Amino acid sequence: MINSLYSKKVLAHFKNPKNMGKLKNPDGVSTVGNPVCGDVMRIYLKIGVKDKKEYIKDIKFQTLGCAAAIATSSIITQMVKGKLIVDALKIKKKDVVQALGGLPTVKLHCSLLAAEALAKAIKDYKVKKGKNEQNN
Amino acid sequence: MMKKVYLDYAATSPVDPAVFQAMKPYFLKFFGNASEPHSWGVEAKKAVEKARSQVAELLNAKAEEIIFTSCATEAINLAHKGLIEALKLSGFKARPHIITTLIEHKAVLEACHHLKQLKLAKITYLSVDKYGLVDLKDIKKAIRPETVLISIMLVNNEVGTIEPLEKIGLMLKTVNALRKKQKLQKIYFHTDATQAIQYLDCNVDKLGVDLLSLTGHKFYAPKGIGALFIRQNTLLTRQQDGGGQENNLRSGTENVPYIVALGKACQLVKENKRKEGKRIAGLKNRLITQVLKIPQVKLTGHPDKRVPHIASFVVLGVEGEAMLLYLNDQGVAVSSGSACTSGELKPSHVLLAMGIKPEIAHGSLRFSLGKDTSKDDIDYLIKIFPPIVKKLRQMAPKL
Repeated sequence: MINSLYSKKVLAHFKNPKNMGKLKNPDGVSTVGNPVCGDVMRIYLKIGVKDKKEYIKDIKFQTLGCAAAIATSSIITQMVKGKLIVDALKIKKKDVVQALGGLPTVKLHCSLLAAEALAKAIKDYKVKKGKNEQNN
Repeated sequence: MMKKVYLDYAATSPVDPAVFQAMKPYFLKFFGNASEPHSWGVEAKKAVEKARSQVAELLNAKAEEIIFTSCATEAINLAHKGLIEALKLSGFKARPHIITTLIEHKAVLEACHHLKQLKLAKITYLSVDKYGLVDLKDIKKAIRPETVLISIMLVNNEVGTIEPLEKIGLMLKTVNALRKKQKLQKIYFHTDATQAIQYLDCNVDKLGVDLLSLTGHKFYAPKGIGALFIRQNTLLTRQQDGGGQENNLRSGTENVPYIVALGKACQLVKENKRKEGKRIAGLKNRLITQVLKIPQVKLTGHPDKRVPHIASFVVLGVEGEAMLLYLNDQGVAVSSGSACTSGELKPSHVLLAMGIKPEIAHGSLRFSLGKDTSKDDIDYLIKIFPPIVKKLRQMAPKL
């Protein structure tokens, strides 16, 4: 069967998105996607350090897009909140799809977008941190 | 219980109880094959011919100019491919040329694409203005000696704009009179009248068309029954070979109950058209006025030259499918031309052709009204819709 319907989990995240909103003075930010294509995702990160290891202390998202785009944004923030950066970076689009109980075939690109947004936000944090250390 | 409001009549409509009653006996009692001469067959045949007259009457056509198909898509395919093939068989030498528009339904666009792919025809796709209106001058300019068909929808299904068919028909009459003297091929005129049947005058002589396609499920007949009007002396080659039913143009045992249903539905349209059109237009205007009060919302399609039952908008900074699903969550059914609802990556080809930018077209929404739509329904929608837009806008990043 062609999978064209949303799973219960996708709809639940779409209707009640987790970690939706902005963070003040984030340590890392990324915006991916393009309004021309219909999807734009922005991820804000706060990074903490525990036992000398960096972890995602807080994460928020804002998304313009369809149910799949909003649901993937929501679930990825839930998946990585509290996780070490190194572990967060291991999350691939297939993990996002799996966590949502599947996505319609035409919507698979939304999961890619979420993984991309997360990786890019972490990269932004690292670049900013590098600059700060240089300045010090 | 949650209120349920169906505002997607342009997608499909429920079967009218009177239509259902009319078709019922043809499942159980009068089940005969209309091609058989015994009494069972005769009963079926009589019913089919009565329905044919009912459809013809609504279009001001002759009964023998109507053939039944499974849907508008089939009628459209038969009209386009059938005409091109018939011309080829009759010895038309040049590659035939078809003029159509960028905003046609996929059935027309894909049928034309098919003919082009097989090198059976050349196609000109006319652009439209910001309201979705095709320009008469553009049509005239596109005409070539080898032009054989102009195919333009009477009403656009996504934005409800009414195309100037009568004017095109009149222009074509003059053009064809001249072509006759020049010994050039007559240009036939097809219209997809799918969204027009219910509320507009679909008199084929007034419209000046040679071919008209329609489907029953937009006006309270079941899905799976349509019809094609074929003006006398219009040559078509059948697309479905077999036992020669429907004047040898569409073989296959007649779907008697559905044909009866289409006839009955046409009769009801004829009786109710004026009054119901007025009522629906009033509700639609109320909906439009109220929805436009939401900031950054624009009406799509023509403000006046539009059918009574379609109100379509673009909502800036929100994606269409997301609005659709939140509305659905509160019991309201609508449709959207966003990429995410079409299953493609591009938003509606109609909105793009009207010059609406893709980032805006993604936020499109169509509300379409019908016989069970009440003022209460519209007021309910007007109450729940603005908070949905607000919520989704809050979710979106500022760009």
